[in-house]
Amino acid sequence: MTPYEAAVVALVAASVFFSLVAVVGFARLPDVFARAHAASKSETLGALFGLLAAAVAFGQGATTVKLALLAMFLLVTGPTAAHAIVRAAALAGATPWTRSNRDPGPSTHDRPEATTGTGGGSR
Amino acid sequence: MTPLVSTALLAGSAALVVLAAALCWRVVVGPTTADRVVAVNVVGTAAVVVIALLGAALGEPGFLDVALVYALLNFLLSLGLARFSVEQGGLL
Repeated sequence: MTPYEAAVVALVAASVFFSLVAVVGFARLPDVFARAHAASKSETLGALFGLLAAAVAFGQGATTVKLALLAMFLLVTGPTAAHAIVRAAALAGATPWTRSNRDPGPSTHDRPEATTGTGGGSR
Repeated sequence: MTPLVSTALLAGSAALVVLAAALCWRVVVGPTTADRVVAVNVVGTAAVVVIALLGAALGEPGFLDVALVYALLNFLLSLGLARFSVEQGGLL
């Protein structure tokens, strides 16, 4: 077990751990906002650890540059995509889970007259 | 590239595939469209990482180009679904 091997194994284990945290949060949390929160943050960190493990395994070279670009792209776009989706859901009338509102129910995006907020399209 | 490193990378890829398959349950259950879209986005991110890990394990740098293109398409897919299936209006 050289330090190189130990580094790769530790980074892969960290990637799998954070992805597992994301999946557990996605399965257990009550509403779409909390689920997207868990997914965007934890899954992005797991992806970054996985790409770092691949970079350590490849060694130095052009592949490391490609992996760094891929990691930066994922770091920027993962939370951005989740934010766009959840903002669209909130504008369409999804209500968050609260202690007094234990069952928020399905989103009301199937009923266009229930939309409020700004920035939506012309309806 | 020692055998232990290859085995670790392949095992990590297999674990990520299993986790992505577990996320497909949320895609089926829902209950809202936004849940399904976010779950598909996360599955796509896991697929990008799996492609990169397989490229590292098999020693093929060409897989990274596939992973880059897949990440781009995953992002555009998420934005398109957010625009056309959830909001039917503004994009960001």
